[in-house]
Amino acid sequence: MDPRLGTALLVLVGIPAIIVGYIYGTELVLRLVPDRRRSLVRPWLWLLPALLFLFVFLVWPTVLTIARSFQGQLAGTFVGLDNYVWFFTSSDALISLRNSLMWVVLLTLFTVGLGLVIAVLVDRVRYESVAKSVIFVPLAISMTAAAVIWRFMFDYQSPGHAQTGTLNGILGVFGLGPVSFLQVDTLGLNTVFLILVMTWMWTGFAMVILSAALKGISAELLEAARVDGATEWQVFRRIVFPLLLPTVAVVSTTVVITALKAFDIVWVMTGGNFDTDVVASQMIKESFNFNQFGRGSALAVILLIAIIPVMVVNINRFRAQEAIR
Amino acid sequence: MTAVPGVKDLPATSEKSKAASQGRSFWGRFGIHIVLVILMVIWLLPTIGLFVNSFRDAQSINASGWWTALFPPKNLTLDNYATVLAGQNPSIVDGFVNSLFITIPATIIPIFIAAFAAYAFAWMDFPFRNGLFVIVVGLLVVPLQTTFIPILQTYGQLHIAGEFLSVWLAHTAYGLPFAIFLLRNFMGGLPKEVFESAYIDGASSVTAFFRLALPMSVPAIAALAIFQFLFVWNDLLVAFVYIGATRPENLPMTVQINNLVNQFGGGWELLAPAAFISMALPLVVFFSLQRYFVRGITGGAVKG
Repeated sequence: MDPRLGTALLVLVGIPAIIVGYIYGTELVLRLVPDRRRSLVRPWLWLLPALLFLFVFLVWPTVLTIARSFQGQLAGTFVGLDNYVWFFTSSDALISLRNSLMWVVLLTLFTVGLGLVIAVLVDRVRYESVAKSVIFVPLAISMTAAAVIWRFMFDYQSPGHAQTGTLNGILGVFGLGPVSFLQVDTLGLNTVFLILVMTWMWTGFAMVILSAALKGISAELLEAARVDGATEWQVFRRIVFPLLLPTVAVVSTTVVITALKAFDIVWVMTGGNFDTDVVASQMIKESFNFNQFGRGSALAVILLIAIIPVMVVNINRFRAQEAIR
Repeated sequence: MTAVPGVKDLPATSEKSKAASQGRSFWGRFGIHIVLVILMVIWLLPTIGLFVNSFRDAQSINASGWWTALFPPKNLTLDNYATVLAGQNPSIVDGFVNSLFITIPATIIPIFIAAFAAYAFAWMDFPFRNGLFVIVVGLLVVPLQTTFIPILQTYGQLHIAGEFLSVWLAHTAYGLPFAIFLLRNFMGGLPKEVFESAYIDGASSVTAFFRLALPMSVPAIAALAIFQFLFVWNDLLVAFVYIGATRPENLPMTVQINNLVNQFGGGWELLAPAAFISMALPLVVFFSLQRYFVRGITGGAVKG
């Protein structure tokens, strides 16, 4: 027998046992605490494992990154705000900021919009699970494979040669093209094409979460509205959408952050050429290609600052949720 | 519904309401089918292209579009699949097993830990609750690349670099912000009355969590499980950094597929079959968890 099978069993039984044991253990620990302090101590015991993981793996490295962003190419040389000044005065900054903004706005609009439409529509057909699986497939594809798939889609051969790219093949049928999709930089059009790749991958994400929330809305409620003569559009607009709003907010927040961090598609498909760079891809370039860890860290900090408005919206939302329950 | 066995046995509410809405207008129904079919075609087209190309040799792929090989079928071959499956050192089968070893614990651990934290954030009162929560969710934006160096140093001191444990811990931490975010939002929306009556009946927090909060959050947990599974299964970077050269025999399939492509230079024709082999399991997971996305699981759990 493969020795790994033993390990596997141990892991599958052992890990849940440890985790569940921990939470039962907290109640034992709480018995040692005076009665009136218990409700003060309990939340921290429930949070402890998560906070430990987050501190070691995310918070501490981020503190180091912030500190590093005030240092030059060599660690330990304090340069003040130089790295930030460098970024905002560089000629590439404007383009990568514009592109990052396009990513945030368009990707969120496309994935959440399409995800919502699909989640609502498939709820009404008998081939729901097939339709959802089709939209979900791209999520199951690794980044490397997705890049190859879309190279086949966008591929361009000079006019007169047989086109190998699907999109140019389709254009050819109508006597158009060929178009070199990833090189059209007017109005940042090539960035839009890259965003479409990510939309293809992430719509399934929005759809799955929104669909799960949709299933939580009681069927009786919707039937009652229909019996009272509400049209399908009114049912959606007045009942379904307001009830889905918290979930729409969660999905949008996640997609905004994903858009800010997205660099791999840019990296693999254009390498940031033809004015397609985004802040995240510049960060990777500065840190790992040019060895400018100070500048790379400053770019990472800019990404952190960029999400503050999104987080403020979320706080307000949670306050509202608590006020009504 | 045909693709998922078992779904039929679930409460018939969804079927009934479907029948009701389908009874509406013919043109409305027709429009829905048209929109869905068009979207499905658009979504499948890129993958079909890759699928067809996975049966063609490198020369044909570069000479003509994939659609030319279909009608009539010509020059299709299984050679690419054979090459990928026969590759040794490390073989793709070992990679598949390693991916399983990495992915299963790295999916289970964060879901439990996040559920505890989400429950505390949603239903317990403590100072700095919202502030702390926003910091946790804000950590989603931390680029993973900035965390590698400090963590590798820690792993070096603990001597766990290269072990499965190193990626389990890392994936748990990286997955937590989203998991806590999603679950807190879902648990926060559960009706207050259920918990109140449970506490009046003398239930402890642990009992309320395992008997009420967890079962009622099943759809959210199923969605979360799918995504965490996918992120870990398709991860290349984290495994590459923490396992990397230290214990290459522990590397997951993604890294091996990547190596395969570099090894043969270009290698598009090999990447296609490899991608399909690697996609199979996530799709099975998705299909098997779909039964939890049926209406009626949470609805009706609470009355009055």
